Amino acid sequence: MEQIYTNEKLSAESLKPKKSTIEFLLSYSKALSVIKYKKLEFETLLN
Amino acid sequence: MEQTLQDSVLVADYIKGDEKALELLINRHSHRIYSFIFSKVYDKDITEDIFQDTFIKVINTLKRGNYNEEGKFLPWVMRIAHNLVIDHFRKNARMPKFEGSDDFNIFSVLGDQALNIEKQIIKDQVETDVKNLIDGLPDDQREVLIMRMYKDMSFKEIAKHTDVSINTALGRMRYAIINLRKMVEKNQILLTN
Repeated sequence: MEQIYTNEKLSAESLKPKKSTIEFLLSYSKALSVIKYKKLEFETLLN
Repeated sequence: MEQTLQDSVLVADYIKGDEKALELLINRHSHRIYSFIFSKVYDKDITEDIFQDTFIKVINTLKRGNYNEEGKFLPWVMRIAHNLVIDHFRKNARMPKFEGSDDFNIFSVLGDQALNIEKQIIKDQVETDVKNLIDGLPDDQREVLIMRMYKDMSFKEIAKHTDVSINTALGRMRYAIINLRKMVEKNQILLTN
């Protein structure tokens, strides 16, 4: 039996991050706040 | 040029606290960054992880005010992604993982020679059956068979030891085998592992 050596071509459309990944990043960004006080840096992550 | 300018404006807006600017930046460059990572790792799940880690680093850097490459947002993000891809391969080099494909499975050539419990039990049973069968042979035949098969003696040695001719020893061995076969057939014993 003949073997097919070609791979399925990935469409450009499929090479995008999942919607959930982007949503996570946006939520992470909203939750993260960095407060600087003199030489100190405070990082808070609010849920 | 316009987009580069816009990128820097968006970055500045984001640093000032405009979360919408980040969304625009991610949406604008997600395809290029995602494709770049995928072209290196060829795995969608890993690409997704590295893409996420890349933007977490971007967010952390921007929020801390450590970003100083104004106007070069995309190359900067690409470099972060590139470094994370390298980290990924380094981590995998320390812990190499080999996954068999459909065409070839490493375990078909690399096997554990030790018997598993089931096979060991079968082997023990077969050996016990053979031992019982041998015990059922006439004394002279059993003696020759044990000396030949278990003590690895030559027929010359067997003949000398049992005080018979080589031909007699050979004949006893032959009858021992024939009788064993008969017993196996009669008792319907399965002697295969």
